[in-house]
Amino acid sequence: MSFINYSSREINCKLVYYGPGLGGKTTNLRFIYAKTSPEAKGKMISLATETERTLFFDFLPLSLGEIRGFKTRFHLYTVPGQVFYDASRKLILKGVDGVVFVADSQIERMEANIESLDNLRQNLQEQGYDLDKLPFVMQYNKRDLPSAVSLAELHAALNPTNVIEFEARATTGVGVFETLKAIAKAVLTELRRGSGG
Amino acid sequence: MFPEEQRQISSVCQRLHRDANAKAVLLIGRDGQPIAEAGEVGEIDVTSLSSLTAGNVAATGGISKILREKDFTSQFHEGEKTHVHITLVAGRAILVVLFDERSSLGLVRLRVRKAAEEMARLFEQVAKKAASGTGPSILNEITDADIDKLFND
Repeated sequence: MSFINYSSREINCKLVYYGPGLGGKTTNLRFIYAKTSPEAKGKMISLATETERTLFFDFLPLSLGEIRGFKTRFHLYTVPGQVFYDASRKLILKGVDGVVFVADSQIERMEANIESLDNLRQNLQEQGYDLDKLPFVMQYNKRDLPSAVSLAELHAALNPTNVIEFEARATTGVGVFETLKAIAKAVLTELRRGSGG
Repeated sequence: MFPEEQRQISSVCQRLHRDANAKAVLLIGRDGQPIAEAGEVGEIDVTSLSSLTAGNVAATGGISKILREKDFTSQFHEGEKTHVHITLVAGRAILVVLFDERSSLGLVRLRVRKAAEEMARLFEQVAKKAASGTGPSILNEITDADIDKLFND
């Protein structure tokens, strides 16, 4: 849930990157971290296993600038993608303001994408959220890989509600900032709408 | 959070910092957003600490569910120099007290109990205000142009 701090004049929002294991959620955050100026970012935290698989979450605080004298701060989280970490995924969704789904474009990961998207919907529901009412952006990652399925197929399987979608190659940064901007904008717009403004 | 309650919550944190002889006091939302702080926080990465503490509390809450316990309301981490006392306040926020040899766990627990009660009352007040829609909101003033301006490179 967004938090407005009037004494430090800050609007804080929570964004969660969701998706199947090894889909590129952590890579998105690492690229953002690497390309953001030091004054706009805090420390990136990764709670990972010894083999660098996300164990609990990655966390990156970012400042995107000011609106009407209030600093906008976005807290970016990833969830662990592996199926058996479901309890952790649920915890990270607490208080979420916007979700990015990082899908893996490879044909062999289509089932994992669909399973993870169902899992997202289910876990949000358990916390009292409806994915269709939450700011939500779809990212098709790994577009450069030889076994990547067509955009039309990805769209048909993963984006029936036509949310904003981006093609990406997170290792080189293609689509990463476009995705971030789209979700940040959607969250701020929803916050204003929710307040009756 | 409304400015008046924010001020009052900050002053409860400051009092707790003083009464418990603590190094620092932090109040954090359950989703990891820092709400208020008092004491020696200059050298602490408050943002990271808040996010990790909220993750820790959420994980502990998950454990309590599996064990069919109610929320574990407090935790204590003993360090070599700095100790951490973590308490859930009214199920809504997390009160973190960092302390060293100048204080003791007993004193911290005692002072935290009183401060947590005061904070719970203030949260109640905030919830009532929010429900009645009487508070001010910067959000009402934001325009499409303001949002677009943020993303113009």
